[in-house]
Amino acid sequence: MHLWLPVALAAVLAGTGLYGVLARRNAVLVLVGVELVLASATLLLVTLGARGSTGASGATALPALQTGQVLTLFVITLAAAEICVALAVVLALFRLQGHVDVSEEPRTEDTAARTRAGSGA
Amino acid sequence: MTARDLAFLLVGLVCAASAVLAVTTRQVVHSALWLVVCLGTLAGCYVVLGAELVALVQLLVYVGAVVVVVLFALMLTRAPIGRNDGLGTPRLQRVAAAVLGAATTGLLLVALVPLVGTEATTPQNGDTRSVAAALFGAWVWPFELLSLLLLVALVGAVAVVRVSGPARPTRDPS
Repeated sequence: MHLWLPVALAAVLAGTGLYGVLARRNAVLVLVGVELVLASATLLLVTLGARGSTGASGATALPALQTGQVLTLFVITLAAAEICVALAVVLALFRLQGHVDVSEEPRTEDTAARTRAGSGA
Repeated sequence: MTARDLAFLLVGLVCAASAVLAVTTRQVVHSALWLVVCLGTLAGCYVVLGAELVALVQLLVYVGAVVVVVLFALMLTRAPIGRNDGLGTPRLQRVAAAVLGAATTGLLLVALVPLVGTEATTPQNGDTRSVAAALFGAWVWPFELLSLLLLVALVGAVAVVRVSGPARPTRDPS
């Protein structure tokens, strides 16, 4: 099998995820981009694990195949923990601001007072 | 071009196309659903690469849990259903983001394709038994720490959502 195919897919996923992070205004959709970047990282780990240990590895080195897959499992678990906390932050942001638009001006005490004064006038 | 190559090409093209759709669609919920397709086909890629345990965990954790959490977050933040043109940043920023994304893809291709080489290799098949032996052998302490991390993430998420200060208006009154 040509291993440059999965590597190319990982590169495409990373670029797409970066575009998603930068081009979206909804905070939840920004997290979708982050998930794509993480998926590209896990695909790369699995690919390099399937490549086998061809480098200079000592007798005590771990086999590349299991290492790649075990690290992928770890990254998947870390991604689950990350998305959990990140969405909690998004929900807290929604409670605070009433929207989750990441390119809006953040609602501080100052701007809240200003909008109140503006609506009162 | 072996059968494995062909299988990977098919699954990988669907994966890449659905990833692009997930970040470009104008409907919020469709983005999460395209993410399901993308991560599901990525599990198919893992199967082609011979990592069946990782593929199953990917299906269970990502498609089963993460996307459901994303959909919940979309519902709880009252995401607009239907076509919405206000999802993207201004055009100039989107063009810059596209250039940056393409540049990242190109950079990764240039850096990583020579690393794995373009000649055909026979990937090793990872049976679950050996992966499990590695997981509970050499990697057992990181594995245990990971359970602690999940607990901390759980408590942290609940704490972040619960402590949001005294009663503030959930919506901008103006």
